[in-house]
Amino acid sequence: MGFLTAIAWIAAVIAVSAGLAWCFRAVAVAALPQTMAKAMRTAPLTASFGLLIILLYIFAAVFADVIAPFPERAVVGAEYLPREGLDGQFILGTDNLGRDMFSRLIYGARNTVGIAIATTALAFLIGSVLGLLAATVGGWLDQVLSRAVDVLMAIPALIFSLLLLTIFGTSITTLILVIAVIDSTRVFRLARAVAQGIVVMDYIEAAKLRGEGLWRLITREILPNAMAPLVAEFGLRFCFVFLSISALSFLGLGIQPPTADWGSMVRDNATLITFGDITPLLPAGAIALLTVAVNFVVDWMLHRASGLKE
Amino acid sequence: MPETTQGRIIMSHVWKMVAQRLALGLLTLFVISLIIFGAVELLPGDLAQSVLGQAATPETLAAFRRELGLDLPAHERYLSWLGGVLQGDFGNSLANRRPIADLIAVRFSNTLFLALYAAAISVPLSLVLGILAALWRNSIYDRAVNVATLSSISFPEFFVAYILIFYIAQAGIFPSIANVSPDTSLGERLYRTFLPAITLTLVVTAHMMRMTRAAIINLLASPYIEMARLKGLSPGRIILRHALPNALAPIINVIALNLAYLITGVVVVEVVFVYPGLGQLMVDSVAKRDITVVQASALIFAAAFVTLNLIADVLSTLSNPRLVHRR
Repeated sequence: MGFLTAIAWIAAVIAVSAGLAWCFRAVAVAALPQTMAKAMRTAPLTASFGLLIILLYIFAAVFADVIAPFPERAVVGAEYLPREGLDGQFILGTDNLGRDMFSRLIYGARNTVGIAIATTALAFLIGSVLGLLAATVGGWLDQVLSRAVDVLMAIPALIFSLLLLTIFGTSITTLILVIAVIDSTRVFRLARAVAQGIVVMDYIEAAKLRGEGLWRLITREILPNAMAPLVAEFGLRFCFVFLSISALSFLGLGIQPPTADWGSMVRDNATLITFGDITPLLPAGAIALLTVAVNFVVDWMLHRASGLKE
Repeated sequence: MPETTQGRIIMSHVWKMVAQRLALGLLTLFVISLIIFGAVELLPGDLAQSVLGQAATPETLAAFRRELGLDLPAHERYLSWLGGVLQGDFGNSLANRRPIADLIAVRFSNTLFLALYAAAISVPLSLVLGILAALWRNSIYDRAVNVATLSSISFPEFFVAYILIFYIAQAGIFPSIANVSPDTSLGERLYRTFLPAITLTLVVTAHMMRMTRAAIINLLASPYIEMARLKGLSPGRIILRHALPNALAPIINVIALNLAYLITGVVVVEVVFVYPGLGQLMVDSVAKRDITVVQASALIFAAAFVTLNLIADVLSTLSNPRLVHRR
């Protein structure tokens, strides 16, 4: 019977989210200016659902102080209070130290997503600068960078980050740096491949003859043309970075307590699952929902960019 | 006899290519071992100091350095470490001074067992699902599978694992803790590790299935498929007999990539299900900053990863007649 109710729940959730996505698309088409509304009108329901979820997360992260009923780190009650316990004071109950679960979920949006975005941005900065440089300068610089990236990519990312975290210790700064460096190898590959197609074009030759410097050549001539694939990749890489930071935090090696973070919240409250309580699934679900949403939007963008109509 | 001579030339060409790949793989492994060893040299400050803490006396520090050979220059230490590793001696754990090889041997075979178990379920499953999705593309089935796989790619492993524990282990069908020992029988072992294996299956199937579907659909636009369709062949036969053999190279690649992912992806799953594998040992050692054990586990994981990628490379070359019969 438990299985059937689960199926019914899943069906209900899908129906409700499809309805929400439809409403959001209708509102967005009406509210947005002409050109963006046109793109929105053709968006599939999955993509508009993704956009809606991303907006909700941004809202929760920005206004965390206003929405959360309790402070991030304050112990406000007994440990493991049930949901709606004590006259509905704690909407989702309390965690292993008696902190309000709902408030920590909201603050987690700010911490976890903020750190993931910072890491992805850093990875893109390192990866695309080096990638564009390698493609533009070519020669030995290209060879050295490419071979170095080949070797770094031959080591599995999670294992490599575990090794580096052992050596440099676990703090948020090292976490961001380690993941960003490891992830920048993937960005490097893409940026270099895209830029190699651009540097052979005539207008680059003309710009070189005009006497443009290397920096201006990269930022003003090559980057604008390489932007579209890099932006699409940003969404995908964000998902990878977000998932690997969550995995490390879940393993107790990422974002450290008492900072509210979804990965470590799952770990802290994991024992509850054996008593049939879904509390640990909530932060895990929050991670899953955001990555699904970003993937839906990226899927739509890639579909639009590739011009596939099938 | 011209035909056999030609055959011999082709074979020697293939072996040359395989040998080249093997040499490249060995070189990669060598550089990885350099990186893994060298990473410790980057340690801010001194290894002995950071392991023993600020309170350590100069005598204990000196004794510790001598025990680990830290008083020797780096290249000598690297050579003796690499020499030991090649003979199966990984040195001693910093935390409990036991030989690492003893700690690792059983755990690595447990990890391999789990990864193979998951592969045995996920590879046939994703091939069948992918071929069906290509066969019935743009149908309700295809769209449902598309959304479901896109979602499951995005799920963190521990989310899938806890959902399974919540619904299946709570119902008492399968155990939520996968404790196995070397003398557990195979049937019992398969039963106890069922949930971790299913978790891994759910995580990797999506990717393999999507690639299978994409590889086949990519081919469906080519003229020879058009011809087969005009001949009046059934869609199932076109896909199985005409499209699939040519789609094999990308499919093999993605399968090997996912097997490599399985070997490393087990880390999180092992921790959730308290499975005594290499991944859990590595995570524990990272928390204890037991650097020698982390080095050894990282090297083993990286070696398995490189080997699988190498096998994929060779197999996908062999499956492509255009590469084998290159003029």
